[in-house]
Amino acid sequence: MVDSNKKEEIGMSFMVKTVTRLTAVVILLFGIYIVLHGHISPGGGFAGGLIIALSFVQVMIAFGKDIALRKLSEAKAAVLESVGGLLFLTIAALGFLGGHFLINFFASKGRPFTLFSAGTIPFYNIAIAIKVAVGLFSIFIVLVILKRAKKEE
Amino acid sequence: MLVLFFIISLAAAFLIAMFGRKSKLFCHLTSILATLSLFLLSLYALYLVNKSGVIVYNIGGWIPPLGICLVLDGFSAFMLLVLNFISFIVAIYALAYMEKYTDKYRFYCLFMCMITGMNGVILAGDIFNLFVCLEIASVASYALVAFGTEAEELEAAFKYIVMGAIAASFILLGIGLLYAYTSTLNMADISLAIAHKGFNTVILLVSVLFIAGFGTKSALVPFHGWLPDAHSSAPAAVSAMLSGVLIKVLGIYSLVRIFFNIFGVNQIILMILAILGAISILVGAILAIGQWDLKRLLAYSSISQIGYVILSLSLATPLGILGGLFHLFNHSVFKSLLFLNSGAIEYATGCRNLKEMGGLKEKMPITANTSWIASLSISGIPPFSGFWSKLLIIIACVQANRIGLALIAVAGSIITLAYFMKVQKVIFYGKLNPAFDKIKEVPVSMRLAMIVLAVLCLLGGILFIPRILVYFLKPAVSVLLLGTNYAFTVLGGVL
Repeated sequence: MVDSNKKEEIGMSFMVKTVTRLTAVVILLFGIYIVLHGHISPGGGFAGGLIIALSFVQVMIAFGKDIALRKLSEAKAAVLESVGGLLFLTIAALGFLGGHFLINFFASKGRPFTLFSAGTIPFYNIAIAIKVAVGLFSIFIVLVILKRAKKEE
Repeated sequence: MLVLFFIISLAAAFLIAMFGRKSKLFCHLTSILATLSLFLLSLYALYLVNKSGVIVYNIGGWIPPLGICLVLDGFSAFMLLVLNFISFIVAIYALAYMEKYTDKYRFYCLFMCMITGMNGVILAGDIFNLFVCLEIASVASYALVAFGTEAEELEAAFKYIVMGAIAASFILLGIGLLYAYTSTLNMADISLAIAHKGFNTVILLVSVLFIAGFGTKSALVPFHGWLPDAHSSAPAAVSAMLSGVLIKVLGIYSLVRIFFNIFGVNQIILMILAILGAISILVGAILAIGQWDLKRLLAYSSISQIGYVILSLSLATPLGILGGLFHLFNHSVFKSLLFLNSGAIEYATGCRNLKEMGGLKEKMPITANTSWIASLSISGIPPFSGFWSKLLIIIACVQANRIGLALIAVAGSIITLAYFMKVQKVIFYGKLNPAFDKIKEVPVSMRLAMIVLAVLCLLGGILFIPRILVYFLKPAVSVLLLGTNYAFTVLGGVL
């Protein structure tokens, strides 16, 4: 039993892994919740993006670099970050439909205090969340890789 | 139309980051097209300003004191043209020059981010967006200075980051105090509030913070420590941008905009700026003489020339402002050209030490001739552009009864001539170092960029023809002469 497990003994202890398995998805969901409710409750794109990134970081700490990178590789992260930026820019430029850059161009903004009540603002939040989450995750990857490169020297 | 300056440059940056890794052609095409279209747009902006005066764009449709606005007036249009012209030329130059670095697409991505930030600083109508765009441009430039990732570059970039961050915190502190005092961030509105409440110690403190902060960004002498390191260790294309436009847009433009248009002209501040300018001229020039590293010499020379611009603007007379802005334009042309020349020499020979060079004129005729033109121009020899602007500055000093400042300007000019003669003699004349027997002239794109700038140096005097002068420089001068009336022109539709 112990011998067969030895190969997979990357990352932290069994207990940490189990807890991570349980919580990582919950943290991810919580982040998405914060992003989507950014316009009616505290938080928003930045805070939500941060929480989403933290769920990936937790996976990386518990299971090691390779498993986390299998979920989201560096190259994909770099592309996704640009996608976040471009998405924001596109929505802002779509504001020209309403006559001005960055204008909230939806005709009907919905009932106040419900989920669909802010026109384009949730979309901005999603764009920011993608950019922040991927950005923070890539910073973390870079730190990890840098440390490894130093050790190998 | 004004937001296009953001959309084009930012979209180009993200697109290059996304697809540039796969295809080099895409990366080249996007950056050249983006900078070209920004250049054409800024020409159009100049035309619009001449035709219909100040243009205010309300982002999201919110009217100015409430929402964010972008303002295009004569001064902004002038700075936009200088910035986007130089960035177009540098983008062409970088096609060949940056080949020796890996990850070229990262260079273009950061380059476009830097242009976005600078366009933002010039167009911002409220002081906090000015700060944010200033940080975008600064952070991109920190990364660009460290682009070579050798020990020397990283050290220079670290020094630059520390000094830049201190400067930014001074500026942010100043903006915070200003916001607490006037309860608005819109520049025109701040100006009205200050006119209403009077000039007192709070404004004086904020002025000191701004002089220290923006003074560091523009490398005036007591705050110049970062510039020689950062400019000499960055890739030449980046040094040309840093020295040609970054210190002018982040430093001089913001300084002048705030002290002339928001706080209103004040004798104490002008005196301080004049003294800083005079010290910069002398110290920069004297430190430049002793340098044997070509790019370091050029960096010190930048400090000296920035001193001229600040000195002339601080006279606050029509002729002084005209001379200062004209010198700003000329300096951005010939100093970019000189940095591009230094890049070409480094590209061909692989060294920057003046002592190892000599006799390169036969091997690299185009580099030698363009650098000769730029050197004569920066030293103020008659047919070239530098002469006219320096002449204007000296006449303006005499006219304002500041004979001492005029003498300092003349002395600085003579020292400039001395060290550029040294550069010319040591690099291009004399005996060829046998190690450089096989070097060739640089590739076409680098040659093209240098030739265009050299022609502009020659034609600089043409700007004196009244019709062109009225079109190009007069709107900018009149904006600064209007002073705090800026508020009324911006908020005109609302008040």
